[in-house]
Amino acid sequence: MYTQALDIPQPKRDEPAGRAPENAAYQAEFDAKIDAGGYIEAKDWMPEAYRRTLIRQISQHAHSEIVGMLPEGNWITRAPTLKRKAILLAKVQDEGGHGLYLYAAAETLGVSRDELVEALHSGRAKYSSIFNYPTLTWADIGVIGWLVDGAAIMNQIPLCKCSYGPYARAMVRICKEESFHQRQGYDLLLTMMRGTAEQREMVQDAVNRWWWPSIMMFGPHDKDSVHTESARWGIKRISNDDLRQKFVDATVKQAEVLGVTLPDPELKWNEARGHHDFGAIDWDEFWAVVGGHGQCNVDRLAARVEAWEDGAWVREAALEHERKRAARERRAA
Amino acid sequence: MERKEWPLWEVFVRSRNGLDHKHCGSVHAPDAKLALQVARDVYTRRQEGVSIWVVPAEAIVASDPDAKPELFDPAEDKIYRHPTFYKLPDEVNHM
Ligand SMILES: [Fe+2]
Ligand SMILES: [Fe+2]
Repeated sequence: MYTQALDIPQPKRDEPAGRAPENAAYQAEFDAKIDAGGYIEAKDWMPEAYRRTLIRQISQHAHSEIVGMLPEGNWITRAPTLKRKAILLAKVQDEGGHGLYLYAAAETLGVSRDELVEALHSGRAKYSSIFNYPTLTWADIGVIGWLVDGAAIMNQIPLCKCSYGPYARAMVRICKEESFHQRQGYDLLLTMMRGTAEQREMVQDAVNRWWWPSIMMFGPHDKDSVHTESARWGIKRISNDDLRQKFVDATVKQAEVLGVTLPDPELKWNEARGHHDFGAIDWDEFWAVVGGHGQCNVDRLAARVEAWEDGAWVREAALEHERKRAARERRAA
Repeated sequence: MERKEWPLWEVFVRSRNGLDHKHCGSVHAPDAKLALQVARDVYTRRQEGVSIWVVPAEAIVASDPDAKPELFDPAEDKIYRHPTFYKLPDEVNHM
């Protein structure tokens, strides 16, 4: 997964049903369940705003998994060995699976798969901005596993305990599979670092390009975040800045073992805080990429739309085939 | 409007013999055969199962969450259905 806290204000629609007086009893029951750390299940009553927040977050998350297959899929045919090709194929297939678990979870909230796909293809729905950066060399594949999947894991683990049952269960399944993604990436980089000077340079170059986008994956600073209700509802359990700090702290040692430098001159241990300090994030770049002006936004969406449209006749033929088979069966009966 | 979306199937996987099939998610597929194949690819990439059931989602009849009190609360005060209700002398309490 690659959720990113895309705390973008949503247009206000009609007053959430939960505010209506006739729903006060339901609301109280819902609040009590949340306060007790319980789970909300698909058919349970929930405030409209809770449902909308979940649909938005889960579908953005699903879209990110699906679009996330593109930058890596780009390298499947050029993997340097059969072993690396098999590993990369398995990883990309996992990401496709993650997208499908999550679409299924979103659909339990009463939205159809086609509506979700349409929202992505029309550009209305967002996906993680990280996938709008290009994968220029084989080292990028290792760095994506190490840093991008690594950041995703930090984001995802708290979601395994989020208050919406179907989302939490999908996240448990996803988290079990993500560790392989990060480890294969790091392993790939270790191999390159034991190679030639040119290969080591490729790794450093990839780290230089992916470091900042990776720490942007945690989303805007807490003071600039708008969706505070997510915390009250038990959807977001740890804040963007806390997760980002955890990620930075964990990554410093890994970079050292690998023998690369993280491209931030201000990155240093702060004894008093017990954490690493790091430099200012370029939020203009972040918002530009979220807003559609990253290097690959246009290509990524075009690739998704093309795949969907090229597959349309197959989806229709399969439905028609089943319709005819069922009709034959009825006649025979 | 003509329906273009593949129907939804609920997927149940038996992780190994001796255990129940357990619900693990859902897939879209045009027919039962493909639903099984898709479920295999989506939910058992690491030998998570030895058997899969797929059920058309619309064939599932579920209890109403609002009916929880009348359905399940009547069992609450029937504590005599549990073995711990009966206090027996220590010497025979392992019964
Ligand atoms: Fe993933
Ligand atoms: Fe991943």
